Amino acid sequence: MSHDLLVAGEARPMDPETARTRRSLGRVRGKNRSAWVVYAVRALLVVAWLASWEIAARTIIDPFFYSKPSAIWDKLVVWFEDGTSHGSIWSNMAVTLEEAVLGFLIGTLAGVVLGVILGRSRFLADVLAPFIKGANAIPRIVLASLFVIWFGLGMSSKVATAFVLVFFAVFFNAFQGAREVDKVLVDNARILGASRWDLMRTIVLPSATSWILASMHVAFGFALIGAVVGEVVGADKGMGLLINQAQGNFDAAGIYAGMVVVTVLALVAEWLITRLENRLTAWRPPSGSQAAGI
Amino acid sequence: MTPLTPPAISLRSATKRFATRSGAPFTAITDVTLDVAAGEFVTIVGPTGCGKSTTLSLVSGLEPASAGTVEVHGRPVTAIPEGIGYMFQTDAVLPWKNVLDNVALGLRYHKVAKEEAHSKARDWIQRVGLGGFEDRYPHQLSGGMRKRVAMAQSLIGEPSILLLDEPFGALDVQTREHMQDELLELWSGTGAAVVFITHDLTEAISLADRVVVMTAGPGTVKDAVQIELPRPRKVEEIRLTPEFTEIYRNVWNSLREEVEITRARGAANVA
Ligand SMILES: Nc1ncnc2c1ncn2[C@@H]1O[C@H](COP(=O)(O)OP(=O)(O)OP(=O)(O)O)[C@@H](O)[C@H]1O
Ligand SMILES: [Mg+2]
Repeated sequence: MSHDLLVAGEARPMDPETARTRRSLGRVRGKNRSAWVVYAVRALLVVAWLASWEIAARTIIDPFFYSKPSAIWDKLVVWFEDGTSHGSIWSNMAVTLEEAVLGFLIGTLAGVVLGVILGRSRFLADVLAPFIKGANAIPRIVLASLFVIWFGLGMSSKVATAFVLVFFAVFFNAFQGAREVDKVLVDNARILGASRWDLMRTIVLPSATSWILASMHVAFGFALIGAVVGEVVGADKGMGLLINQAQGNFDAAGIYAGMVVVTVLALVAEWLITRLENRLTAWRPPSGSQAAGI
Repeated sequence: MTPLTPPAISLRSATKRFATRSGAPFTAITDVTLDVAAGEFVTIVGPTGCGKSTTLSLVSGLEPASAGTVEVHGRPVTAIPEGIGYMFQTDAVLPWKNVLDNVALGLRYHKVAKEEAHSKARDWIQRVGLGGFEDRYPHQLSGGMRKRVAMAQSLIGEPSILLLDEPFGALDVQTREHMQDELLELWSGTGAAVVFITHDLTEAISLADRVVVMTAGPGTVKDAVQIELPRPRKVEEIRLTPEFTEIYRNVWNSLREEVEITRARGAANVA
């Protein structure tokens, strides 16, 4: 059935059982070897990696192509102390973040609404399935170029790129989540007198929440990618523009420095989403992604 | 002449066929005719898969009958009728709501103000013996406690028709007997018609005004045995009386044939 084919590449939510096992594994590990050992080994790995890179860049490999940690650090210092060629680094980060967050919010909202509606309406899903699959098959990065033509070099073209990336990630999960609602829960609510809207609000959405939240982790990453790629393609401000210019100047350290900044942004966002997830799923045994610390 | 009050539930030659993948419809129940009066407690026994749950789904309006008529309070069932309570065979409490909100759910759907719904729910939580667990989520409760939540959730709306599908099937014997007594107590004086499905003949007889025996699938009503034991009853005591043993033997003789048919079929399918 075409209906079934809509489900593609969704991020599965972890079932509570796995989550619990993972959590208890984490706890056992935390007890046996105290947490700081884990952190110490992590720090050691990073130091070792950076040191070997630095040494290699000073001896065997060509730092012009591969750069080196000290050069990247210097670049970051310059950016944060003296600013970039396009204003202060903070303003560039703010622009990229604003684009990503806007794209993320609009994309998530649209994905959830459409996913849930289609998940509950077999007819609509059957009608729209080929169009959605078609749209999903378009290489979305290419759309970034199109959006620059449509919306110009400003913020809206990047928001649009982030939006399309986020939308499909969230949509497929919300769709699947809405379809997998336990039938007996729906029947029970109907017996208790739930209206259509009550069903959506109190049964379908909460059931789909773990699916939707699972996709949001991936989705914010996508939103950042969308914003940065959009800026690389054409922009007047933002981290992507800085990276693009560094590339134009054969400034490998600048590219790396841009990557570092974007990565930090992504990690902070991921942390925020995990906190949100824990709040929204307080009703079940703690979620796994946080427990596993990944 | 006073107009006759229609029975609370009235099934006339009700038949339910399900569509299957192979195309040939599968008949779950056929020609079920059954009346349940207001205030009557009817239990249904029958071999597994004979269509007991299907019968309830027709009465509740969740599934339409394929043939025959289903009436509730004299009106044909086309949607979910008013005043129905239904405890499903499988767990149906919402895992993301705590006990209090689960119990108050039906009232909230009926636009009862939050404070009022919560105070009523607290009252019902006390009545089913869950006082102090208002803030727990279902995964923090035992199976028996979840059944109590489901019971309070169904009863809080004061249904005039209560459908119970093996409500105590998964409980240990002590808890089950305790819940049976509680159910009788909660039901007495409400005037609600009860249809209670069980595989436990002792349970069926000790609770009921009438035990209905269904045939092996596709199920139909084979026998209906009136239970003339006095009320109020204490289930642990009533089952020790000679009258009870006599009734048990009758009903079991009727049911045994059907169970054996079902079992033979199962064996044939395996072979
Ligand atoms: N939605 C459905 N689609 C197809 N067949 C169904 C459906 N629901 C029930 N059946 C079939 O109808 C028959 C009766 O099912 P039902 O659930 O009513 O049995 P039951 O008497 O409640 O059994 P049990 O005592 O094991 O709960 C079974 O053979 C079952 O396979
Ligand atoms: Mg059943």
